[in-house]
Amino acid sequence: MTTTALAITERRPGILGWLSDQFWRHPGMFVLLLLTPPLLWLGIVYIGSLLALLFQSFFAIDEFSGVVDYSTLTLKSYAELLRPANLDIIVRTVVMSALVTLASAVIAFPIAYMAARYVRGKWKALFYLGIMLPLWSSYLVKIYAWKLILAKEGILTWVFESLHIGFVLDWVLAIPVIGGNSLSVSYIGTFLVFVYVWMPFMILPIQASLERVPVNLIDASSDLGATPQQTFWKVIFPLALPGIIAGSIFTFSLTLGDYIIPQIIGSSRLFIGQAVYAQQGTAGNIPLAAAFTVVPIVIMGLYLWMAKRQGAFDAL
Amino acid sequence: MTAAVCLRNVSRHFGVIKAMDEVNLTIASGEFFAMLGPSGSGKTTCLRVIAGFEQPTHGHIEIFGEDATGVPPYRRNVNTVFQDYALFPHLNVLDNVAYSLMLKKAPRAERHKAAEAALDMVKLAGYGTRRPSELSGGQRQRVALARALVNRPKVLLLDEPLGALDLKLRESMQEELKSLQKALGITFIFVTHDQGEALSMADRVAVFSGGRVIQVGTPEEIYARPNSRFVADFVGSSNVLNPDQVSALTGERRWGSLRSESVRLAPEAGSALAGTVTTKNYLGATTRLGIDIGGSSIHALLPSGQELPDIGARTGLAFERGALHLMEAEQ
Repeated sequence: MTTTALAITERRPGILGWLSDQFWRHPGMFVLLLLTPPLLWLGIVYIGSLLALLFQSFFAIDEFSGVVDYSTLTLKSYAELLRPANLDIIVRTVVMSALVTLASAVIAFPIAYMAARYVRGKWKALFYLGIMLPLWSSYLVKIYAWKLILAKEGILTWVFESLHIGFVLDWVLAIPVIGGNSLSVSYIGTFLVFVYVWMPFMILPIQASLERVPVNLIDASSDLGATPQQTFWKVIFPLALPGIIAGSIFTFSLTLGDYIIPQIIGSSRLFIGQAVYAQQGTAGNIPLAAAFTVVPIVIMGLYLWMAKRQGAFDAL
Repeated sequence: MTAAVCLRNVSRHFGVIKAMDEVNLTIASGEFFAMLGPSGSGKTTCLRVIAGFEQPTHGHIEIFGEDATGVPPYRRNVNTVFQDYALFPHLNVLDNVAYSLMLKKAPRAERHKAAEAALDMVKLAGYGTRRPSELSGGQRQRVALARALVNRPKVLLLDEPLGALDLKLRESMQEELKSLQKALGITFIFVTHDQGEALSMADRVAVFSGGRVIQVGTPEEIYARPNSRFVADFVGSSNVLNPDQVSALTGERRWGSLRSESVRLAPEAGSALAGTVTTKNYLGATTRLGIDIGGSSIHALLPSGQELPDIGARTGLAFERGALHLMEAEQ
């Protein structure tokens, strides 16, 4: 017998070889090493600054000098939120967010369903490209493009008039509250642009959840006597619900916090994001701005709590 | 009596692939029918055509005398136990079983009572509140069975129902399925690639290959009198003898099959067949010898305990004349 292979091979030379063995023996150490940097970032930079911001909402402010008084804690800023003008802003934003979320879900579902069920191979790549492509261009460019599309002299008006159905547009714009001089200065315009901009964030999670629904569950449902409509409501929809909720978290919270779209497209009435921007900037009322930022957080918390209670995450 | 399921010249093509090719089958009411074949032989497609998930490219299908061609699955009184069970993950066991009753808008109490009874039938009483993910494979299998039976279908289809279970569980489930079928009197059609399962459970077996039905018959017929080399090879542990070998033994130039348990050892001198032992597998009660008889190999299943030749030894082979079954003529 000359040389035979050893039953146990030698350790790789150097510190890395030693580390590999150590990590294999103590997997917990490896996880700790991996998690420490992101946890520090998340804990200090992210959550920490958020808490600092929230803390600001309890400081008092001198109404005449505008000087923030750090020594006394008060709920005055929150009482301020309940003033009719501020309450209007909150209600307007929440209603808009809810409608945008609902419309996004209704439009996104068939697209996601088609992509998950019927599209294969290169068409699937094309689908992803089509969904993601708008995200590659600047948000501001897209919004200004929409402003032109929706403007009174814009392409939409032109299309309606060319088809001799301009009266439809006039009729829509004549609706009180949500109408206006043109789409670009109405709530309808704000709504359309919100739905457009956040749509990918709704399609992708729904598509992901639908992809995970095995085809044989649909066969089984049909086999047990369910019409396609019953199969949709009893099997597909409940299993896609976590995806819809995930998508709605994106669209709802993004709409709650956005201040650029309503600034550029819409009537001049404020949304929460704009109120925060105005309060911390020109008005210099940091405590009130901070109180305003608490509102979306509380609303999202309530929303998730309700979704959980309704069993939206049971299929996870 | 009308047949439970009748397939007339049914073909199902996927592009150029003929998953089913001119299949004719008549399955009697109350029968326990097995569709046996290797994977890709068309047996599962045949099951899916009966269930309605696939439509035939050509041909007709009748269920209890009614034309079912073009009828969607939800209008067929036929239920399926899926290979991977296909339980609804968002519903608990009771709601899974009661699913078909819920669709019919049966009152809650009534459908839960029926579901409880069905769970009781498959020996899972009291498991109603669990989630499918909390059950073992064997339990899921039973839930799938209860769900398919709660509606009392005219025909129950089972797609490799025991494939994912371990041997012990599989054997006890085989017994249970058999007695359940007897008790309910429902036509069971099940797909399997396990010839032992098909032979032990079914009243009749259809052997599939390449999208065609090769032979239909009782387990005894299929096992003892295979009509082709394929059936002999796939179903039994039969030895296939080529026409040259058969003509040396009988004078007829036909393919023959010889079951390995019919082969005995004999002194080499004076034996019609003789060869060298190449393999020797101890199987417990029996030992299987592989004997090379010049170009082809014969397996002999012999009782353990007797003196057996070792690998490399020469031996003669003997068998009853009646044990050699002649099949198709040489083409």
